[in-house]
Amino acid sequence: MGTAGGGENRDNGQAKLGRHLTLLTALPPALLTLLLLLYMPDIAAGRTISFGFVWIADLGIAFRFYIDALSLLFALLISAIGAFVAIYAVAFLHGHPQLRRFFLYLYLFIVGMLGLVLAGDLITLFVFWEVTSVASYLLIGFNHTSAVARRSALQALLVTTLGGLCLLVGLLLLGSVAGSYEMTQVLASGEAVRASPLYFAILILLLIGAFSKSAQLPFHFWLPNAMAAPTPVSAYLHSATMVKAGIYLLARMHPVMGQTDIWEWTLTCTGAATATVAAVAALRQTDLKLALAYTTVIALGTLTMFLGSDATIVIAAAITFLFVHSLYKAALFMVVGIIDKQAGTRDINKLGGLGQSMQITFVIALAAALSMAGFPPFLGFIGKELKYEGALAVASEPALVATAAVFANAVTVTVAGMVALKPFLGRPNHVYPNVQEAPAGLWISPLILGGLGLTFGLVPELVNDELITPAVTAILGTSETIELKLWHGLNIPLLLSILTFGLGIAMYLGLSRLRDWLSWDFSHAPTNADQLWDKSLEKLRLIAALQTNLLQNGVMRHYLTVIFFTISLVLTYALIRTGQYSLVFEWPHLNLKEWAAILLTVGGALMAGAARKPLIAICALGALGVGIALIYLFFGAPDVAITQLLVETLFLVLVAAILPRLPVFSPGRKIRFRSRDAALGALLGLLVTLTILVVLQTPFDSPASNFFKEASVPQAHGRNIVNVILVDFRALDTFGEIIVVFTAAIAAVTLLGHRLRRGKQ
Amino acid sequence: MEGPLAIVVGILIATGVYLMLARDLLHYLFGLVMISNAANLAIFITGRLTRASPALIPEGLEVPPMPVANPLPQALILTAIVIGFGLLAFTLALIAQAYKVLGTLDVDTMRIAEPRKIKRKASP
Repeated sequence: MGTAGGGENRDNGQAKLGRHLTLLTALPPALLTLLLLLYMPDIAAGRTISFGFVWIADLGIAFRFYIDALSLLFALLISAIGAFVAIYAVAFLHGHPQLRRFFLYLYLFIVGMLGLVLAGDLITLFVFWEVTSVASYLLIGFNHTSAVARRSALQALLVTTLGGLCLLVGLLLLGSVAGSYEMTQVLASGEAVRASPLYFAILILLLIGAFSKSAQLPFHFWLPNAMAAPTPVSAYLHSATMVKAGIYLLARMHPVMGQTDIWEWTLTCTGAATATVAAVAALRQTDLKLALAYTTVIALGTLTMFLGSDATIVIAAAITFLFVHSLYKAALFMVVGIIDKQAGTRDINKLGGLGQSMQITFVIALAAALSMAGFPPFLGFIGKELKYEGALAVASEPALVATAAVFANAVTVTVAGMVALKPFLGRPNHVYPNVQEAPAGLWISPLILGGLGLTFGLVPELVNDELITPAVTAILGTSETIELKLWHGLNIPLLLSILTFGLGIAMYLGLSRLRDWLSWDFSHAPTNADQLWDKSLEKLRLIAALQTNLLQNGVMRHYLTVIFFTISLVLTYALIRTGQYSLVFEWPHLNLKEWAAILLTVGGALMAGAARKPLIAICALGALGVGIALIYLFFGAPDVAITQLLVETLFLVLVAAILPRLPVFSPGRKIRFRSRDAALGALLGLLVTLTILVVLQTPFDSPASNFFKEASVPQAHGRNIVNVILVDFRALDTFGEIIVVFTAAIAAVTLLGHRLRRGKQ
Repeated sequence: MEGPLAIVVGILIATGVYLMLARDLLHYLFGLVMISNAANLAIFITGRLTRASPALIPEGLEVPPMPVANPLPQALILTAIVIGFGLLAFTLALIAQAYKVLGTLDVDTMRIAEPRKIKRKASP
């Protein structure tokens, strides 16, 4: 078969696969959604499900899952939106050569997110937390040929795993304070944790983890960059998953860590600041996808801001908004994907007049955008009314929170107009003359999601009784009743809503002028977080290169110097630690032959050290070896002396055989180095001598030696105790020694043999 | 009795370190020989010296009749000497082959595995 034919076959296969994938890929998350829905009434009634197995018994770590109303809400969003995203992705990536890889990553991501929100053990939670980081890295960098995608993926990975590491430490501390890693026990030990001196550290570490994942200041910059991912991924990442992981962590830890001033202030201020900064940034964007991305950051900031409080209405607002946001944000990203695919651009300045040819998409976009902007009768309106009610109920700073909320929502209204009105109204643009409506595979998912936003808005009881209220109850720990309804009567929230619409619409109308002003203002700003990130990475590389050149500079003598110096430090430390010894040196009575042996050894050593020619050095080394052998001989070790002499001879023979092939000594080192090396040698020698002298001052006690003396004959039937130790008691050591020598011999022969064969040629 | 030998060990270490820090690989090898000898001697001394007879048990007895030399350090040193020899022989072969391939014994010029400067990679 030719290459072309093979390729064609594969393409056909891909196409077939694409068609069959449609239902199949959506099936697992869809089934899971149904399963979770079956459990919903039970869970809503207050039951919890817990299952798993012991993982590391000694550390009290289990692979455990725990389902309550809060985790069920998140799990439902993840699996249901996952199913819609899967359907959408099949159509969106139709014909993409790496479709299978995409779905592998996507499923990995779904599994990671589900595991995270269903985790019943702090360590299990962390493991899945990291799974989502890795999966999002793979998904964001899916277009791996693009440098932008690779950079964004790496940035997301680094930021979120950096937060993940902090989270791990925080979770470990939390587990140690709570006395268990099991979620139910941790949740029940809130008072102990809040009273603990470690509370502050735990809080900071957990918040760094949550904030980095959920793109709060100062970690907000990675999320807009994650737009490099294919649109289905963005839709999923921004609506139900990834960024909601941090929100989930905050909600989950609310009963344990919350209800303190520092929790409330940190979350409220960070959330408000994030929402405001993102709102300003959203207005500057001309890329629809980027504008939407910044509204996600706005939403996350709002959620964080609300989770700081512990008033029922505020938490209810947060949970309702979370739910609404997932529905409309997924739908809107899908719409932007459709526009991008059909018209070939996402630039708001080039888009217009698509409404005539793309009526279905237009309707979907309107439905989702109205929900996002919070118009009645959509669920978004209820969410927004609750938000204002909640904002006014925030204990610490109602005015600040309400102002931030109004501004953030007004910008959200503006962006809703940018996405749903600007591309569809006005005159058609010449950039895309023959634009057509997207295939059903693309619009079916956002249609359902947008429709759900309307349905739930008209009949809020559908989600309130069994999802929202139980989840709020789960966070606050007390039984709560929340009413979701469209008409609350004429009150301050409604007034704020009207103010929001007015402000939002005004900004939409004056958008281009506003953008000009903002971009002028910001291009003069010295730096932003994204550039700062690049700079710090650059610094990191610089430091890495510096320390590599310093510590691993490739000079062997440098390495040896460091090693010897370190040994000196360790010995000095040991000597100081030991203390309590007298350095009285008693001059001993050695006889003449012993002095002669010592003299031979020292003389040989000094001569070898000073020798300029190798032959002299070898002779000196020989003298040294003989001197040491004599010392062994004189002090009761004839066996050792014999071996020493034998080995010394063998070594000299080897050196003598090889020496003629080597050059005479190359020129020595510089004087500067020579005195430095001599000083280092003298220091180390002195320290070793001192160490030996100190060791000798301790009383000698060797049960092992006595054992060998006594057991040699009765147990091993040998009369030479040294030999008995070698071949009997420590026979395995000797066997190892033989292996070592053989290995060295084989290696040496290989090296030299290679040389000999070459020589023959 | 051990005092002077402790000083001998110190001198061997000092000279060995000085030699190992030389640029020339043969010097390095000689330093290695000295340090391994010094290590053996150190073990020998810290096991306490005695002029008593070697650790042998005469025929007909179960334990040595009088004080004998400590057998344990001797057994350790025997192993160490042989392994040390293996190490030195292999180092020697390596040095010979290094000279054959690189044409020098100057360690400062052996920079194939670790080049002179790690260049900072340009940011992507």
